[in-house]
Amino acid sequence: MTTETMNTIQAVNLAMHDALAADPKLLILGEDVGDLEEGGVAGATKGLSTAFGDHRVKSTPISEQAIIGAAIGASLGGYRVVAEIMLMNFTAVAMDMIVNHAAKLRFMSGGQTNVPIVIRTMTGAGMSNGGQHSDYLEAWFAHTPGIKVVAPSNPSDAYGLLRGAIEDPDPVLFIENLPTYWNPAPFTREVLPLGKANVVREGSDVTIISYATMVAPSLAVAEQLAGEGISIEVVDLRTIAPWDRETVRASVEKTGRALIVHEAVKEFGVGAEVAADLNEHLFGKLKAPVRRLGGAFCPVPYSKPLETAFVPSSDEIERTIRGLVA
Amino acid sequence: MSNLPKPDAATLLEIYRKASLIRHNDLRVVRAMKAGLLMTPYYSPQGQEIIPAALSVSLNDNDKLCTIYRGTHDMLAKGFPLGPLWAELAGRITGSCKGKGGTMHLTHPESGCMVTTGVVGSSMPIATGLGWAAKLDGKGGVAVANFGDGAANIGAFHESLNLAALWKLPVIFVCQNNLYAEHTTYANSTAVDRLSKRAAGYGMDGVTVNGNDADEMYGAAKIAIDRARAGEGPTLIEALTFRFNGHLIGDAAGYIPKEEFAQAKANDPFPMLRARVIADGIATEAEIDAIDADIKAQIEAAVDAAFKADLPDPVELKRDVFAHELA
Repeated sequence: MTTETMNTIQAVNLAMHDALAADPKLLILGEDVGDLEEGGVAGATKGLSTAFGDHRVKSTPISEQAIIGAAIGASLGGYRVVAEIMLMNFTAVAMDMIVNHAAKLRFMSGGQTNVPIVIRTMTGAGMSNGGQHSDYLEAWFAHTPGIKVVAPSNPSDAYGLLRGAIEDPDPVLFIENLPTYWNPAPFTREVLPLGKANVVREGSDVTIISYATMVAPSLAVAEQLAGEGISIEVVDLRTIAPWDRETVRASVEKTGRALIVHEAVKEFGVGAEVAADLNEHLFGKLKAPVRRLGGAFCPVPYSKPLETAFVPSSDEIERTIRGLVA
Repeated sequence: MSNLPKPDAATLLEIYRKASLIRHNDLRVVRAMKAGLLMTPYYSPQGQEIIPAALSVSLNDNDKLCTIYRGTHDMLAKGFPLGPLWAELAGRITGSCKGKGGTMHLTHPESGCMVTTGVVGSSMPIATGLGWAAKLDGKGGVAVANFGDGAANIGAFHESLNLAALWKLPVIFVCQNNLYAEHTTYANSTAVDRLSKRAAGYGMDGVTVNGNDADEMYGAAKIAIDRARAGEGPTLIEALTFRFNGHLIGDAAGYIPKEEFAQAKANDPFPMLRARVIADGIATEAEIDAIDADIKAQIEAAVDAAFKADLPDPVELKRDVFAHELA
């Protein structure tokens, strides 16, 4: 049911509101998340501590290890927790808790324990935040068995996937894009299961596989090239780990050409994994080599022309598509 | 320390029983390793038995525990059953963790043994979260974080103690100070003479006790646990002790001066507790011997069953990564 227009920050807030109302054992944890601290630096948790109590929506000191550790411990104690790590680069400070503990406890305990937590974090180039506040680091976590990785591309998906992540029995890293937080879009209030890609546009000549910020320019290029008779299918992964191989393979089997686009640095990125999978499974059916576009191999720069050049552009997407169909 | 609560006769006997279980189990593990039956890094807790034995008599099954790679003593004292423990050490599918965790990741939620970590210091943030859950539950449960003197110098210590004190969580931080962080002496890693002094910096109660003395350890733990149950917040207990088998089995511990080692062995807390229990008339020597014999028989039964059990099938690689089985 499409009911209204909403932006991602409102959608994320509504998802946590609805989840808190649905599950009395759900807790929210992180720096500045309470209303005394204005519900977070971007306001994602605004109103929640007032509505559900500051024992359930709890602001913390600036202590990323303790935030994730407390979330893990509370989940082992029978609660579900959404823990906010303000910016994705700060996950590096809590890496031991995320990678060695949250991701591994189910396996290392032989399934006796599990860690149903969601780690919400924001990131993305576009606001001149520089090299330690902008990185997309999803490949680190997708490479780690035991943690799921989700990155929505629009407000409806942000709502649905966050609800899905909260209901999921395993730890989930939930990546929100900061620069597009306030972009409004038509909104649907539906819970979405993890692990299902979304074919956002059907086509027959080329498949673009993307997620998060790169879905919108991919769609724009697809619309533009449709006028020239180039038919592009756009698949939004939505869940990066575990990713929906079946949907992606089926699409590329149909089109015979694939381009993966993400904002994260291209080298050793998610695109490499998807390209390798397509080569392994569809080699004889591919009409052209699988192509990848990703961020430049450098820290995210500060100055506007550099920051803009860091991110794959619509022009690069278009040129790469033209090369694929030539 | 004269103002500490003292264990009564029955409690002291229970402390002995737990210490005996830990000591005899450790001896059996080392014997199995020397016989080539177990090939694993094993961090022997020998010499540190009294700390968890005297602490755990004040805990119940609803209380939670996190410990570290040197943690079989903590787990056994808390109630980790011998059968699943030995099967896990032996890497069997009947192990508590189906052979997927091993010595450094022993887990048994029914007895409150929630996490064993192989990472120095990482028991503390998770125990803080278990304490948060216990506080929200409002049933008087507590969480215990075990760690060593080396872990007191890692950042997780600071973050955890601050958060636990700030939120008045029912967490007992038990620093088992065995005077060596891997191969480095306490004096070469830590400037403050007593780790318990750091508690004041977090607005938390802190105490240093002789962890090898059942009365002192029981008393300090009882006060901390009672305070936590009453909603009065966390405590840092620094329990002074010594480890008899180096950092791990195979470590000749050449970095420990011979005299220091000899003196520690001369003050081995386990035979001292045994002698004390008999001298105080709590049990006769024959009764103590019977307790030990019963424990040793239970251990042998667990060892036998463990090595007769099946090894895990490789299909287990696809299980327990996530809730769903991998394709």
